[in-house]
Amino acid sequence: MSEEKHHISSYTSHFLVLGALLLLTAVSVAVTSLEMGKYDTLVAMLIAGTKAAIVLTWFMHLRFDNKIYAIFTVAVIVLFLLVLYITFFDYSYR
Amino acid sequence: MSASTATASEHVSFLEYKGKYKGILGWILSTDHKRVGLLYLYTMLVFFSLAATLGLLMKLQLIAPGYTIMGPQTYNAMFTVHGIIMIFVIVVPGLPAVFGNFFLPLMIGAKDVAFPKLNLASWWIYIIGILVVLSSQFVGGWPDTGWTFYAPYSFRTPANVLPALFGAFILGFSSILTGINFVVTIHRMRAPGMTWFKMPLFPWTLYATAWIQVLATPVIGITLLLTVMERVWGIGIFDPNLGGDPILYQHLFWIYSHPAVYIMILPGLGVISEIIPVFSRKRIYGYKAIVLSSLAIAFVGYFVWGHHMFTSGMSGRALFAFSFLTFLVAIPSAIKVFNWVATMYKGSLNLQTPFYWAVSFIFVFMVGGFSGLTLGSLAANVHIHDTHFVVAHFHFIVFGGTGFSFMAALHYWFSKMFGRMYDRGWANTGWVVFFAGFLTLYLPMFGLGMQGMPRRYYDYLPEFHAGNIISSLGAILMIAGAAIVIVNLVRSARHGEKTSEKNPWGGKTLEWETDTPPTFENWEDIPSVEERPYEYK
Ligand code: HEM
Ligand SMILES: [Cu+2]
Repeated sequence: MSEEKHHISSYTSHFLVLGALLLLTAVSVAVTSLEMGKYDTLVAMLIAGTKAAIVLTWFMHLRFDNKIYAIFTVAVIVLFLLVLYITFFDYSYR
Repeated sequence: MSASTATASEHVSFLEYKGKYKGILGWILSTDHKRVGLLYLYTMLVFFSLAATLGLLMKLQLIAPGYTIMGPQTYNAMFTVHGIIMIFVIVVPGLPAVFGNFFLPLMIGAKDVAFPKLNLASWWIYIIGILVVLSSQFVGGWPDTGWTFYAPYSFRTPANVLPALFGAFILGFSSILTGINFVVTIHRMRAPGMTWFKMPLFPWTLYATAWIQVLATPVIGITLLLTVMERVWGIGIFDPNLGGDPILYQHLFWIYSHPAVYIMILPGLGVISEIIPVFSRKRIYGYKAIVLSSLAIAFVGYFVWGHHMFTSGMSGRALFAFSFLTFLVAIPSAIKVFNWVATMYKGSLNLQTPFYWAVSFIFVFMVGGFSGLTLGSLAANVHIHDTHFVVAHFHFIVFGGTGFSFMAALHYWFSKMFGRMYDRGWANTGWVVFFAGFLTLYLPMFGLGMQGMPRRYYDYLPEFHAGNIISSLGAILMIAGAAIVIVNLVRSARHGEKTSEKNPWGGKTLEWETDTPPTFENWEDIPSVEERPYEYK
């Protein structure tokens, strides 16, 4: 059970993650100046989603851990997207 | 630990075991999963009695049209508090918190759950949540929104809804923590040899339930908080006057609350799947079908929430999709019924109290399920939505399903939990009275609903009088039955005949191999498993 390898991330990888997050935060502020109508939310969500993915993959070690964690995480995200899709299915046909 | 470290003191039962703290502190600060389970049991007993009393008072009000014993505002407060307690305090934590805590480690051959301290913390959070809900009694009065807190009423009513919203929010955390604990326990702590498909069915259903607890509960948490913010600051998310959408509230509420009905019922299905083979002396029919249908229920159950909103003004296409998905979810439930019946077929039935509760469960569960399908069909729903038909449906399936399986579990595992046996004569009498009362109370509501009697009103038109008289008399009978059952169990837990028999019913699962009652860490040697469960020859 406790035999699993532990991956130790380097400081460089932490700083790269931090840099990416700061950059994307700047991007999400910047895009507010573009008028994209109903795509505003979509773009904001995509940027936020990318940030979450970076945190999960590198900072939270999903890349280096046992595959099962990655599988569960992806499954949960798919479930969430389905729920979101069904909710907006109602809105788009009202 | 190895057997060599075993000393005589390890044979002290968990009830007598002396840890760091003495007396009551030894309970409310104990991280022993069995004590935590019993803490939940006692808490639920208290609050169930309270909420059942409110229910009885409502039925007495409805015994005749007009003002009988209370007016409209009191009635509204009563069904609200009754619903909040019954749902969030009793049936949602329900079987996992009591029997899951007590028996999951025993059934998979573990010494405790994965995070014992977190487990105790979830009980404390639960208690804090209850106190916050009930604080409205002392600050500002009772809420009157119903347990569903629908927008926009929940932020327009002058009644005091904030404590209830906050309390339900806090209770959610308790549920999430229990879920996380069980997922990890089941993944990491099964005894050697217990592969996934050698795991008994109750742990399987706890596993499916735990995922719903972890993934769905945050949604209700956020929703309740947004409602608080809407009420306090008018943030304009649900309030149509501020550009919000009240139907969004219903979406969010039911995205949690429909999966939550499977939190309530799945562990019950697991208990029944334990009891039926033991009392039929036969291997369970279709073990894998039961496992897979539990997972299927948990999964498909995420996508049917819209069937609570058929009359809300959702788009037509969404209505159609939700109705279709609702019909799908009935299939895995029905599979289980076939499995149980096939298990009993040609078995040598052992007619004892747990078995009575289990077979009556199958009956009420089917009435509840079929009425659910009636409600799930679009055209019928328009007529019977928000009538007593719905009240009958969910009482059959929540009280009938979760309640009966809870009682079945309690009578099945009682001697293991307390080292004493209940009086079987009284237990059977209680069951007969309760069952008769239950049917008399809820069956007439189907008729009343189809005639058009709405739910959540303190008064009704004279043509509904006959049905209501029968139903209210049924309530009295049922409460009498519940009193017999509970008094018998409480008395027996303290003064019943002592027993240390490990396996009174001839069960094949691991919990029957521990001492009765189990010792502090359950096992001297962790057992190893070769056979599948329920192998009766
Ligand atoms: C065959 C499976 C089921 C189907 C098809 C089904 C269908 C439905 C439908 C369509 C409604 C909405 C009625 C309306 O308001 O117009 C409903 C309400 C309800 N159902 Fe079910 N149901 C099923 C199983 C369950 C289970 C297993 C539970 C709980 C353990 C449950 C608990 C409830 C509750 C609590 C409500 C009422 C909520 C409220 O408005 O206060 N149902 N059901
Ligand atoms: Cu539902």
